[in-house]
Amino acid sequence: MPSLTLLGQSLISGVMLGGLYALVALGLSLSWGLLRLVNLGHFALAFLGAYLVYHLGTVWHVDPWWAVLIIVPVFFVFGMLQHWVFVVFRVTELTSLLVTFGISVIVESILQWIWTADFRRYETHYAGVSLKVGPFYVPWLELVALIVAVGLAWASWAWLRWTYVGKALRATAEDADIAAAFGINHRLLSFLLSGVCAAYAAVAGAFIALVSTLAPSQIWAWLGVVFAVVIIGRLGNPVGALLAGILIGAAESLAMAVISPAWAPVVSFTILIVLLLWQPKWL
Amino acid sequence: MTGVRPLPALGVGSVIVMLAALPVAGLPAFYESFLYLMFYWIALATSWAILSGFAGYFSFGHAAFFGAGMYATAHLTVKMEVPFLAALPVAAGVAALLAAGIGAVVFRLRRLRGELFALLTLAVTFIVATIILNTPIDGGAGVLTSSVPLPRVISSSPSGTLYLLGLIVCVGSLAIAWWVSRSRLGMGLFAIHDDEDVAEVKGVPTFTYKLLAFTLSGAIAGVVGGVHATYVGFLTVSETFGITVPLYVVLMSVLGGARHWAGPAVGAVLIAASLYTFTSGDQATIGRGIVALVLIVAILLLPEGIVPTVLKQLRRRPVTRATPPDAPIATQAAPKRSDAPVLVVQDVRKSFGGVHALRGVSLEVRQGEILGLVGPNGSGKTTLINMITGHFPLDGGSIRIDGQEIGHQPAHAIAQRGIARTYQIPRPFAGLTVLDNVRLAAMFGGTGLSGAALDAEAHHWLAFTGLAGKAASLPAELNLHERKFLELARALVTRPRLLLLDEVLSGLNPAEIDSAIALIRAIRDQGASIVFVEHLMRAVVQLSDRVVVMNEGATLASGNPREVMRDPRVVAVYLGKAHVA
Repeated sequence: MPSLTLLGQSLISGVMLGGLYALVALGLSLSWGLLRLVNLGHFALAFLGAYLVYHLGTVWHVDPWWAVLIIVPVFFVFGMLQHWVFVVFRVTELTSLLVTFGISVIVESILQWIWTADFRRYETHYAGVSLKVGPFYVPWLELVALIVAVGLAWASWAWLRWTYVGKALRATAEDADIAAAFGINHRLLSFLLSGVCAAYAAVAGAFIALVSTLAPSQIWAWLGVVFAVVIIGRLGNPVGALLAGILIGAAESLAMAVISPAWAPVVSFTILIVLLLWQPKWL
Repeated sequence: MTGVRPLPALGVGSVIVMLAALPVAGLPAFYESFLYLMFYWIALATSWAILSGFAGYFSFGHAAFFGAGMYATAHLTVKMEVPFLAALPVAAGVAALLAAGIGAVVFRLRRLRGELFALLTLAVTFIVATIILNTPIDGGAGVLTSSVPLPRVISSSPSGTLYLLGLIVCVGSLAIAWWVSRSRLGMGLFAIHDDEDVAEVKGVPTFTYKLLAFTLSGAIAGVVGGVHATYVGFLTVSETFGITVPLYVVLMSVLGGARHWAGPAVGAVLIAASLYTFTSGDQATIGRGIVALVLIVAILLLPEGIVPTVLKQLRRRPVTRATPPDAPIATQAAPKRSDAPVLVVQDVRKSFGGVHALRGVSLEVRQGEILGLVGPNGSGKTTLINMITGHFPLDGGSIRIDGQEIGHQPAHAIAQRGIARTYQIPRPFAGLTVLDNVRLAAMFGGTGLSGAALDAEAHHWLAFTGLAGKAASLPAELNLHERKFLELARALVTRPRLLLLDEVLSGLNPAEIDSAIALIRAIRDQGASIVFVEHLMRAVVQLSDRVVVMNEGATLASGNPREVMRDPRVVAVYLGKAHVA
């Protein structure tokens, strides 16, 4: 059994990792829950964002925080364009999965073509900076990622809960035809939400660039865990995605410390399978 | 579903013989390898479609079964020195067991949505991969299989032997898919694809069928993996359990048409060939992207897939179809009306969360009678029907038919005991023709008919409901009136002991209502007992022998229709208290 300090430290890094999971899961959860579109391309988009932040930072020396401001509107427009294709071709939940899978492969090819298949690491002076709290170290960048994840999750929740647009979106997710009969222009709203989801991918991508190693094939590495987060957190529930992300991140990190790093992937999927089979009321 | 016509059978046979003769004829090893890959993808995509294409449960975990077969073969042949051909059945068994295990757990989930199944199977793949990676089966070093001795079919050429193995597996999986698509199992799977709840109520044992299809699909993938283990020569976990296999089998099947047995093969040939064309040489990266782009376009433009779209185009040409001879239908002597109860419902209770939908309902249906079941919206009429057909499990009470308790039986078993229902909003199987909709109900509804007798029975009831001219149409081409009558035909073809009619008249115009009322009388005259849920009081009074009034999940009154309708409590329920005084 590892020492308590080690356990505490791995719990902290797990929670931080969970923030990153939640950040990626957020856009996926919203589009799946509220638009009934399973956007596999979300991962590819996040990595495209990550590579752009990396490229802007290393080649043109643009600070990552400014890079995000440039990428977010571009991605917002991309999200709306993609949704326009979905609307024109009346893409269903299942076809969306297949089409966005194709999009992911295309993005992966583009990434590999431009940046090659090599692993890349964006070195910034933020990396390696940690806060020391008692016996524990809290990595600065991961902490920011977690704070941003909490902020975005809460803001999305509040947006859905209290604003007209949010209520209209939830009504549309329940029953699009009835919502339309009450005068909700759900097409306009769905474009807005698609744009927002893509913008979330950009934000997530920036943090992926800052804290993790980049390679085109890494797109698929996140897929399983993040889907587990989305489902455990309930589709379309931003706060649920945040909590589920933290739960999975912490569980994985503790498993790495207690059992062995090689077995960590089993943890999130076992949690997912157990929850799916148990089907608690809140899921 | 005609038998095999001799000409295509001859054609298929000679193509197979020709392909089998190629290695002996001295085909260069390069082509053997290229064709082997075609066979490999055809077999893999076809095996995937047996569950996922036919029944619509998309699996993203095909790599788990394929990989299980691969590693089982490698482990047996390399570490335990089992002969290759003896290892293949074990590979199939291991993969089949894995599929059956997953299926036995996940198919029990009542609300298993399609995407959840896709992700669950993907999750299982990751877990299987992690286990193999961290145990001595692989141990992270990979397994070298290139030295495994192959059966010496063509002594001088191992690539020729692999080619033949690939051909056998490919033809075998196509034959199995073809057979399944024409069998009772296939019919049931297609019905599950279109509307699983209705399939169960029509008598399809959905759980068993899904499990069978999943196991079969896994077993074939296991064999394909076993053969492929020797083709690749060196196994690694990341290659075997990567995203390539599940991705390509899904895309191939969807492109070719996952619902048709030949669809996945067509998609596999197209994609494997284009991958080969585009990805040979330095342009592999761009090639992959182009293939993905082509796929997106294909999926957007042909959502049903190539084979079904082409078949639909061909069918559009006017076909002169010989109407089947009106074969004599075994007519049952209609049992007389009597007071003997057919159905006894006793103190049935059901709540959904905190809502008490049924608070102890008791009623009985007697032999040969029409029982009108009326009550305001939300009084529990449709819930009661759903309880009798086994769609919802009982919270309490008992339901007996002919004295036998059916309250806790699965819906398909209840259907086979002779209980049929119609839906208020018609729910035909959208992908099956009108005739097949009716045939399916007869096939699974406990009639015990098959072959020509089954067809004759189906045609008889189509004629009875006036749908004979629409036999070859798809349900989408029918109007509401015809769809309601299709519901009736599907129920009648099973010759039910008890027929539950849920608002068959709603939405019909007065002339259509009159013809429906005449039809219901004719049905009763054939000996069925009928429960008739209806809001239209004119029809209730005209048709019913007795009436039961429900309100707020309980029975309020019962008896002669005219008397019950004058009962002050009933009037109060319908019109409010003020009218009673």
